[in-house]
Amino acid sequence: MRLVFPNPRLEDRIPSHEDLELMEKVETGDRLKWGSKTQYLLTCVGFCVGLGNVWRFPYLCQSHGGGAFMIPFIILLVFEGVPLLYLEFAIGQRLRSGSVGVWSSIHPYMTGVGIASMTVSFFVGMYYNTILAWVMWYFLNSFQSPLPWSQCPLNDNLTDLVSECKRSSPVDYFWYRETLNTSTSIEESGGLQWWMVLCLAAAWSVLYLCCIRGIETTGKVVYITSTLPYVVLTIFLIRGLTLKGSVEGIKFLFTPDLNELLNPSTWLDAGAQVFYSFSLGVGGLISFSSYNPVHNNCEQDAIIIAIINGFTSIFAATVIYTIIGFRATKQFDDCLNENILMLLNAFDLVEGTVTEINYDEMLQNLNSTISGSEVIQGLDLSTCNLRTFLSDGVEGTGLAFIVFTEAITKMPISPLWSVLFFVMLFCLGLSTMFGAIEGVVVAIQDFKIFPTWPKEVISGIVCLSSFLIALIFSLGSGNYWLALFDSYAGSIPLLIIAFCEMVGVAYVYGIERFNKDIEFMIGHKPNIFWQAMWRVISPLIVLVIFLIYFVNEVSSTLTYITWNPSSENFPVLEILPYPNWVYIIILLLAGLPSLAIPGFALYKVLQKCCCKKTIKKLELNTVSANVNMYDTK
Amino acid sequence: KYLFSINSALGDQAYVWNENEMFLFRATLAFAMRTYSDGQEYDVANVVVCDETPRVSFWFVVTSPLDASLLVDKRRVEEAVRKSRSRINSAFLLTDDTLEFIGIPPTLEAPVAPDTPPWLIAFGVVMGGVGAGIVVLLVSSVKRDGEEETGGKTENEAASDAIYNMSFSDDEPVTQM
Repeated sequence: MRLVFPNPRLEDRIPSHEDLELMEKVETGDRLKWGSKTQYLLTCVGFCVGLGNVWRFPYLCQSHGGGAFMIPFIILLVFEGVPLLYLEFAIGQRLRSGSVGVWSSIHPYMTGVGIASMTVSFFVGMYYNTILAWVMWYFLNSFQSPLPWSQCPLNDNLTDLVSECKRSSPVDYFWYRETLNTSTSIEESGGLQWWMVLCLAAAWSVLYLCCIRGIETTGKVVYITSTLPYVVLTIFLIRGLTLKGSVEGIKFLFTPDLNELLNPSTWLDAGAQVFYSFSLGVGGLISFSSYNPVHNNCEQDAIIIAIINGFTSIFAATVIYTIIGFRATKQFDDCLNENILMLLNAFDLVEGTVTEINYDEMLQNLNSTISGSEVIQGLDLSTCNLRTFLSDGVEGTGLAFIVFTEAITKMPISPLWSVLFFVMLFCLGLSTMFGAIEGVVVAIQDFKIFPTWPKEVISGIVCLSSFLIALIFSLGSGNYWLALFDSYAGSIPLLIIAFCEMVGVAYVYGIERFNKDIEFMIGHKPNIFWQAMWRVISPLIVLVIFLIYFVNEVSSTLTYITWNPSSENFPVLEILPYPNWVYIIILLLAGLPSLAIPGFALYKVLQKCCCKKTIKKLELNTVSANVNMYDTK
Repeated sequence: KYLFSINSALGDQAYVWNENEMFLFRATLAFAMRTYSDGQEYDVANVVVCDETPRVSFWFVVTSPLDASLLVDKRRVEEAVRKSRSRINSAFLLTDDTLEFIGIPPTLEAPVAPDTPPWLIAFGVVMGGVGAGIVVLLVSSVKRDGEEETGGKTENEAASDAIYNMSFSDDEPVTQM
């Protein structure tokens, strides 16, 4: 099957193999290079391994049948994740350009894919760094004992605890009130929260410091940001295993429930998790691998990165669940002891008659008499079930800022664990941000919007403009805006971009040419497995995921959860539908990048047809970046 | 009413509740009444205990030292107890949770509020370090660009030598440039 779209003058736009050999020998210094292979691998690992590995994967694992979730996860890792990863590495290394340069080389009509990647990088970078600002806030607040989220503050006349805190919990109160100062709905903006603005400024400043010269600076920083999380996770694992109840957590996490495999949403979630976990489609990976030497073995790199990413997810899930097991056991013990105390007091029994072990039978004995059961009913004993506490399924910010912080307060030397935890989260997120910023900055450089400005200035402009727009997330309703961005800016456009990438390389660039390129670069042609994946299976998987997502979103009324102290079910979060004007914003977020792909193609077509003037071929003056741009006078 | 939960508080080091402990309790209560009430000379005999159970809970009343049949007002007793709560607790090596008075909630400690919130201090440290780093890197960038311009000429000659040598093997791509 030789299905290839006609692509004339492709050879003119891309460096030939001879050009590449020449570029290898002559070091012009025009294009950046990696300091060492380690820096490259650490940067890619850092980019792929992010907050999602820590707070999304464990939740998915636990809610989709524990150990059984590994099966769809690993299958989709092999059939969807690794082929896409290999493709991005190979095409970047071959065409030696960022995502915009790559796609405009493959075909000018496909430049839209690069633009879409840049836009998505920009949006995702904005809200992702806000999460880092929250992490920074918690980190800064960890340098005190007792931790501020361990107890409720007193109200104004010092007679009682603050009502909002008393009805929910100190950690909830600290998160929703003292950190976010959240309003009750997305329509109420609530004004800028000054402490959040400061933390946001701090987060963007740290990011600017690290990205100031592109991979020159990030290449050094990743030695710390990519390795520190593993160190901290190991420390937490050792600490966690010594706590009571940790093994319960691990057992709960990994107990397989094979029935979940029959549930299609398990496979959908596994596919989505693999896809988003690898940060595919944002253009960062293409960019990173374009700085590699031409004969770098990208096949090996793709497999190594995939294995490390998968392993990290499982490792992080184990660590998280030792701590969750500890917390659940503590809650269970507290609940039971409360009940025991109530029983002892009500029946005036000697201490020690009712213990945790004989609680059930004692309760039954006391319940058997008429007067006893009346008293017991009046007591309002709460049911204590360990499983309920364990499956207090939390993911995302809830896991990090509510569940985990609560668990930390119960550990001895809490400030130390808190500092370690939030440093780890910050490193995880920061290394992912490097890829996002790279995706935007390199695209701007490829477009030659500001050709003479140095990289420091462009990075500065990107960071500053992102910071200013991200101030929206420091409003009272910022949390809701962030959830909006998270759900729609990164999800659907990335799936479309990934699909177009695979179709573009396999059918527009030509799979035959691609095979020859890989043979030139690493010495052997990709085997039948890769061929099957790139041509058919991986695009199909991505298409299926996209269709199901799209249909789901379009067919349901979109809702969001809010924190409303005056609602009936407080502290349970209230579900509200989005107001109508938010739909426009959702369309912009998801639609703008997606429509950039056909939109730019259309623009090029119109340009060609309507302006039939002489097409001047501009060649750039650098040896290493042979991106030809067509200009009409 | 008073509730003691000795075992849950002390575990292995729990003491056995007996008459002597009860005597200590009555003495501490008398102390509380003396110090925080009207200053009269309350004595152990003025604290009357009844309805003692093995749970270690009991009722008590306080009689006036002047007239044994006159009971001291409940509110005054409660106030005295509330003010001397920590002394009574520590006499029995217990806390507010394990030594309960029914009807007297534990007093809440006013939190210690430092003048500058500690997070601002940490913030200052972080921003100071980051700012210094950015300035250092920008300055070194400017310096580097300056050096490249002045020292560039000799480098170009060397580079063109290299290209010249290469032209023996790869003619076309070079000449195209």
